[in-house]
Amino acid sequence: MSDETPRQDPQQSGRHPLFMPVILLGGLLFGFGLAASHMARPEVVLDFLQLVDLGLLFVMFGAAIVSGLAFALVPQLRERAPLTGDIYGRRLKSFDRNVLVGGVIFGLGWGISGVCPGSGYASLGIGNWPILIAIGGMFVGAYLQGVWRSRTN
Amino acid sequence: MFLDPTALSPFPDLIVLSLFETLFPEGITRYAVGGLFVGLGTAVIYAATAIAPGASSFLESTLTYVSDRSRFQQYRASRDWRLVFTVGIVLGAAVYAVIWQGEVWTTDVQWWRLLAGGVLVGVGTRIGKGCTSGHGVCGIGSRSKTSLVGVITFLAVAIATAQVVMALGVRP
Repeated sequence: MSDETPRQDPQQSGRHPLFMPVILLGGLLFGFGLAASHMARPEVVLDFLQLVDLGLLFVMFGAAIVSGLAFALVPQLRERAPLTGDIYGRRLKSFDRNVLVGGVIFGLGWGISGVCPGSGYASLGIGNWPILIAIGGMFVGAYLQGVWRSRTN
Repeated sequence: MFLDPTALSPFPDLIVLSLFETLFPEGITRYAVGGLFVGLGTAVIYAATAIAPGASSFLESTLTYVSDRSRFQQYRASRDWRLVFTVGIVLGAAVYAVIWQGEVWTTDVQWWRLLAGGVLVGVGTRIGKGCTSGHGVCGIGSRSKTSLVGVITFLAVAIATAQVVMALGVRP
């Protein structure tokens, strides 16, 4: 399955010069929000999952409302995104058993550690170096499922 | 400043114990403000590029730098901007920490919980097609039924798991 022929990635050739700066800006806002909400601290996430402090609901659903406004309003203003020329659309994921299986496995991991991918990266930014153990674990997990699925597909 | 996240605010044994204080002992301001910024970051990227970014695809897209395995190749085209997005998340959190936190904050959660949890998160988010940001923020934001089912599933299992871990006396 591994071929060394360089792929032509349409997304990578002729990108708008502002593409990467805007991605970086979006990441900065995203990470700032995760740190400001204290979701970057596993203890705070565990307090939420143990139903001690439900404030984290406001982070996920607050963010979903703001992004949902953008998903709903921006396509009415323009047809295509200025930096990529791509049509605004709902990139809906198909539903199958994997959504449930993966959700259960992710939920187990989230409940054990209090760490999810975004909050894990942000945690590194607030100086929480032990989080590297969790991020390393995530890479191992992502690799293992890749090995398994390359085999079964 | 909130220094010890494990210390709960003294449980008010007043008779007038409002439901709000029980559910939100730390208030909701920091959470709402944080959520606003997370949503804003997603919105800025979407408005400029039509991309709805999630955080967990970064794991597989970055693996393409070191692995030729077929499963990861679908993320090859996005691996550079996903890396930049993740660097942005780290730096954005660092900006907050430098200005308002003032010092390095480290977790007391035990290493085996971080490791075991991390591996399961890595497997689960990739099989389940998304995480708290991909399904939770972008998926719910675009009213995706798949994402709603995903969020309900991982939220319910995570709450049950955390309850069991707590009941077993594992702290922190």
